[in-house]
Amino acid sequence: MGVGIEVRGLNAWYGKNLALKSIDMTVQANHVTAVIGPSGCGKSTYVRCLNRMHETIPEARAEGEVKVGDIEVYGTGTDPVEVRRRIGMVFQKPNPFPTMSIYDNVAAGLRLNGFRNRKQMNELVERSLKLAALWDEVKDTLHKQSGASLSGGQQQRLCIARSLAVEPEVLLMDEPASALDPISTSKIEELIFQLKQHYTVVIVTHNMQQAARVAEFTGFFLMGSLIEYDKTEKIFTTPADKRTEDYITGRFG
Amino acid sequence: MLKQPGDASAQKLSPWRRAINLAATWFAIGAAVLVIVPLLAIFVYLLIKGAGSVNLAFLTQTPKPPGELGGGMANSIVGTGIILAVASIVGVPLGIGCGIYLAEYGRGRFGDLVRFTADVLNGVPSIVIGIAVYSLIVLREKHFSAFSGGVALGIMMIPTIARATEEMLLMVPNVVREAALGLGIPKWRTTLSISLRTASAGVITGCMLAFARVAGETAPLLFTAFGNQFWSLKLNQPMAALSLQVFTYAISPYDDWHRQAWAGALILIVLIVAAVGAVRIVTSRGMLKGAS
Amino acid sequence: MSGTVNEMNSPDSFNPSEKPATAIPTLAQTATQRKAISASSVLERIRQTHPRSSRMPDAAFAVLIVLTAISVFAIVAFVLWELVDKSKLSLHQFGLAFFYGHDWDPVNGDFGAMPFIYGTLVSSALALFIAVPLSIGVAVYVTEMCPIRLRAIISFLVELLAAIPSVIYGLWGIFVLAPLLREYVEPFLAKSLGWTGFFGGPMYGIGMLAAGIILSIMVVPIIASITREVLTAVPQSQREAVLALGATRWEMIRMGVLRNARIGILGGIILGLGRALGETMAVTMVIGNRPEVSKSLFAPGYTMASAIANQFTEATGDLYLSALVEIGLALFLVTLIVNALARLLVWSITGGRAGRARA
Repeated sequence: MGVGIEVRGLNAWYGKNLALKSIDMTVQANHVTAVIGPSGCGKSTYVRCLNRMHETIPEARAEGEVKVGDIEVYGTGTDPVEVRRRIGMVFQKPNPFPTMSIYDNVAAGLRLNGFRNRKQMNELVERSLKLAALWDEVKDTLHKQSGASLSGGQQQRLCIARSLAVEPEVLLMDEPASALDPISTSKIEELIFQLKQHYTVVIVTHNMQQAARVAEFTGFFLMGSLIEYDKTEKIFTTPADKRTEDYITGRFG
Repeated sequence: MLKQPGDASAQKLSPWRRAINLAATWFAIGAAVLVIVPLLAIFVYLLIKGAGSVNLAFLTQTPKPPGELGGGMANSIVGTGIILAVASIVGVPLGIGCGIYLAEYGRGRFGDLVRFTADVLNGVPSIVIGIAVYSLIVLREKHFSAFSGGVALGIMMIPTIARATEEMLLMVPNVVREAALGLGIPKWRTTLSISLRTASAGVITGCMLAFARVAGETAPLLFTAFGNQFWSLKLNQPMAALSLQVFTYAISPYDDWHRQAWAGALILIVLIVAAVGAVRIVTSRGMLKGAS
Repeated sequence: MSGTVNEMNSPDSFNPSEKPATAIPTLAQTATQRKAISASSVLERIRQTHPRSSRMPDAAFAVLIVLTAISVFAIVAFVLWELVDKSKLSLHQFGLAFFYGHDWDPVNGDFGAMPFIYGTLVSSALALFIAVPLSIGVAVYVTEMCPIRLRAIISFLVELLAAIPSVIYGLWGIFVLAPLLREYVEPFLAKSLGWTGFFGGPMYGIGMLAAGIILSIMVVPIIASITREVLTAVPQSQREAVLALGATRWEMIRMGVLRNARIGILGGIILGLGRALGETMAVTMVIGNRPEVSKSLFAPGYTMASAIANQFTEATGDLYLSALVEIGLALFLVTLIVNALARLLVWSITGGRAGRARA
């Protein structure tokens, strides 16, 4: 089951450059929330702040309150490693581990966390691949095929399976389908729809139609600020802010 | 089994993993320190043990017979210069020519073969090159010579210079070549006056690096130039070299010669650092305006 | 005409702002139509304005250049030829037994090169044993852990190690390292690890251990710089993928970086091995030069390269010289194979040329 996310007053910098300005947002558990906006608006930065990936960039930092379930992500005692285990991330360009088999790719996170039991690992790998809708395609070549030898869409589903194997509570997706062809994209979107039963999903997308298709809630970012955040239906039919309306109707960005 | 999600106490980072992370960090830092320490130690010792002995007498006198105090390495310093000059005459044209071939003509299979062979030549132990040149020149001439030493070192310069020349020429944008060719400048002139001149800073760097590398070589000189206790400027006679002299003195049983070995080594390293440093200064001041 | 003309991009890529200010009048006429001119008619134009006058020099130049390229082959071939030719005597006399004969006895004309082969292998193995963890450690530190400002300095210092001539390493080895080993390190090793059998016997300072240590210092810059190159070549996305699963920094380096770079690192190690096998002067000065096979690292030894260096000019008789040349031939072939293997491995990772020529 997924958990909700509470963001209060989140600021993020790249060096001296303030990229996110005091973001407040409440993400509903077990729902899909889309984050949209023009290039450079801070949507990727925002999502990367949620699992403390933002600070891995040199000179980058973030401050504020982020509560995922009952974890204070930026709390003084909180270890980023633990945060990242519990919040999964799927990246824009699929990045499976090329030197590992499909099985090892999915099991990678488990091994990192000290998992040893062979039988349980097999079960978890199978479960994750089924959740990612990849199991049927790879079940016969789990150990023989390398992660990189799959097609683009399959690689991305492998990355999703890999993230799911460590049983996160939240799944962050940074434009997961933008590097894929339309058929793979629709498979991924279908997948997201299934996933929300078990996880809370936050998806960054520059494709407004995609946001309309998969997400129940949508947040519109512009120049580092969250302009509007509401049910997707409302954002796309009767947006409250003029800037949102301009973006939706394609007047800029 | 991983605990239920939402359970805040679930999956705290195990102290074991934390410890390994810390150990790895310290190991990496330790490795960096451990690698730099000998470097500093060598330079410090060279200064301490050698600087005191580098005086005018050392720089202007020739070696004294074993057991006698004093004397210097003047002939070795000059000898190194002469041998390096011969080496450059052999190595630089062949190296640059090979580099031009690789960049301008050899983009196919044969070019790959040449590149590979140059790498092979680069990896041949220097003493083996010494044996080969000994066979070719010293055995035939029936005496050791500065010339054979220069040839051996020149051969060793070729791969470094060829590689640097090729890389630099490849960085010259094609538009420059096209502009020249389009003006009716013949290809050979384009390559030499336009491409090579544009790449000259990098090519000269490559030559100086090769120069610095062979300046300190001893093994190939052991049975080509052989060394000489006396003044000689003749190319067809054995010749002294700094590296050879340092070697001979270092393994000798005489303390005074040990002292002079340190001095000679200091001069040698200064020579090498000066060569590399001069290149940096000249190219960074833009006295040789290059492509980039 | 050379292939370069055919490789020219289409005229659209020709930038008219590149000043043809000093163009010959006939060319200036066509300046306005430049964009419409195809590559082959540029060739035509060159033929018109410079009929035959440039083709001979071009051909001559090309021939000259190709000759310099062939000279590289010629040199390698000549080296091989001289080695084979001058070792014929020894090859005929001893055959394959040369390489496992234990006795190197110039007085009686009996030459077995086993002690040298043993010495070369042991000193190189010891050098790698010390150098590999250190080099990978430095490379990891510089690429993954180091503050950005320190990066250039440390890399420079490590590369500087490669610039120090072998004879100076030897000098330092005789007068600084050997006494250090004799006074402090060897007694300590004998006391703590003497039971292994590797650290026994008289402690001279000079010996296999000194040679291994000096070699390792000389080999570190090679392995470290190649490792650094292949580590940097690993895409950032791999690192992020591991971090996002909840990994410590070391785990990220281990799984996301080192694992991806391991083939290239292996290539670097083999390249370092190639260098260690052929290293002459520093080893000669600190290894003791005694042709004996001994288990203890404190004992003096002899390597193939140092045997040649020490005995070549004093070899009496053709057989003696031939035996030494045969050692040289063996050294040549072994380093040839090792270096070729290393280059193949490194090129397969960096996809092409492996950066600057290594020292």
